[in-house]
Amino acid sequence: MKKDLISIMDYTKGEYLRIMELAAEFEANPNQKLLEGKVVASLFFEPSTRTRLSFETAISRLGGRIIGFSDSNSSSVTKGETLHDTIRMVSNYADLIVMRHPMEGSARYAAEISGVPVINAGDGANQHPTQTLLDMYSIVKTQKSLDNLNIFMVGDLKYGRTVHSLLMAVSQFQNPIFNFIAPEELQIPEEYKIYLREKGIRYFEHLEFTDIISAADIVYMTRVQKERFSDPIEYEKVKNVYILKNTMLANTKSNMRILHPLPRVNEIHPDVDRNEKAYYFEQARNGVFTREAIIAHTLNLK
Amino acid sequence: MKDPIKKKLKLKVSAISEGTVIDHIPSENLFKVISILKLDKTKNMITFGANLDSEKMGTKSIIKISHKFFEDDDINKIALIAPNAKLNIIRDYEVVEKKVVQVPDEVIGIVKCFNPKCITNNEPVNTSFRVISKSPLALKCKYCEKITYENQIVIRKSSE
Repeated sequence: MKKDLISIMDYTKGEYLRIMELAAEFEANPNQKLLEGKVVASLFFEPSTRTRLSFETAISRLGGRIIGFSDSNSSSVTKGETLHDTIRMVSNYADLIVMRHPMEGSARYAAEISGVPVINAGDGANQHPTQTLLDMYSIVKTQKSLDNLNIFMVGDLKYGRTVHSLLMAVSQFQNPIFNFIAPEELQIPEEYKIYLREKGIRYFEHLEFTDIISAADIVYMTRVQKERFSDPIEYEKVKNVYILKNTMLANTKSNMRILHPLPRVNEIHPDVDRNEKAYYFEQARNGVFTREAIIAHTLNLK
Repeated sequence: MKDPIKKKLKLKVSAISEGTVIDHIPSENLFKVISILKLDKTKNMITFGANLDSEKMGTKSIIKISHKFFEDDDINKIALIAPNAKLNIIRDYEVVEKKVVQVPDEVIGIVKCFNPKCITNNEPVNTSFRVISKSPLALKCKYCEKITYENQIVIRKSSE
């Protein structure tokens, strides 16, 4: 049976750990010609330069060839071709499909149609599992473990898919504590709180972003996007409240690291960048190794 | 309504000799039930009553289909919009069996995903849900993973 990666919950805890292990191997030795003679389709129905370059770097370092497109304007979608037909065709050509698509659920659907494995590189606001795995790898690298972590999540916790997936994945590990910091309009959805309560996992909600982060092992920042607000006045009120500044890091734990899925706008002040606790650029670099690991795992190359 | 002849109104939906009576259908969902069960395509004799008085429901609808007996899997499809529906199986004018509908564990087709950005609302893809709660109903989309709740349930135009 082919192994797709569509949703972060498609993997078992054992598979998370396997990816972490493989990512460390690829970090130590990134150029391994495991994809020699293989063709990988990189289908980006909407532009995402960061994710696409990260995947295409991973494929290149594994020695694979890349076919595909970087936005739907340069594909047959403009001629009205359905996703179904595009996937049927491409799965005849390639050994693996990496797909980004604006519609939610498109990746699961593509995996049903495709004869070759599909890796979801983001399906609208739904899932972006490779981001979560690289977040987890960044946590393992900086904290040595995924157990016993106090994770603070800040910003848009309502629509932020990376927040939801990370929460679900880390909840598979021992004894996590979550702290959610978000404005009224962007609070973590009830279904995730129910999930945590059912698993007996502790969480706390805060409206204000102050020195409460002193207990944090990880501070996971997200962008508060203007278009998420029904009332623009509400956005103006909160846009400058959830900003991380260097002065706020004075009393934080020495092992604490700041993560952000990027791109950031103004939610992390540039003066934080020089702080050794700022980890978001290394985090992006970890994405290449994690994606090499995911590809190798998906195609049983390791 | 203090209508002295309301009992007589019930009798207007005439008895059948053989077949199935589906009772306690919410009035507003009568035609959806007809569509889900494809009764609009059948040649069987059908009588139905809409907006009948009901002590339990206020008003209700009832359908009587002659010489038609449903498989459980088929009839359970209406549980989504008529959760309290009761079936009477009629043989020779007698009720020989009573059944209640059961919400299935999986719902394939029939219901629209409430999420406008879901692939099932944008490409010709059949919907598929896992039932995560039967009362009140909550359906988790296999594709977009969003939950459609009971008050958001809309029946797909071409169910199948």
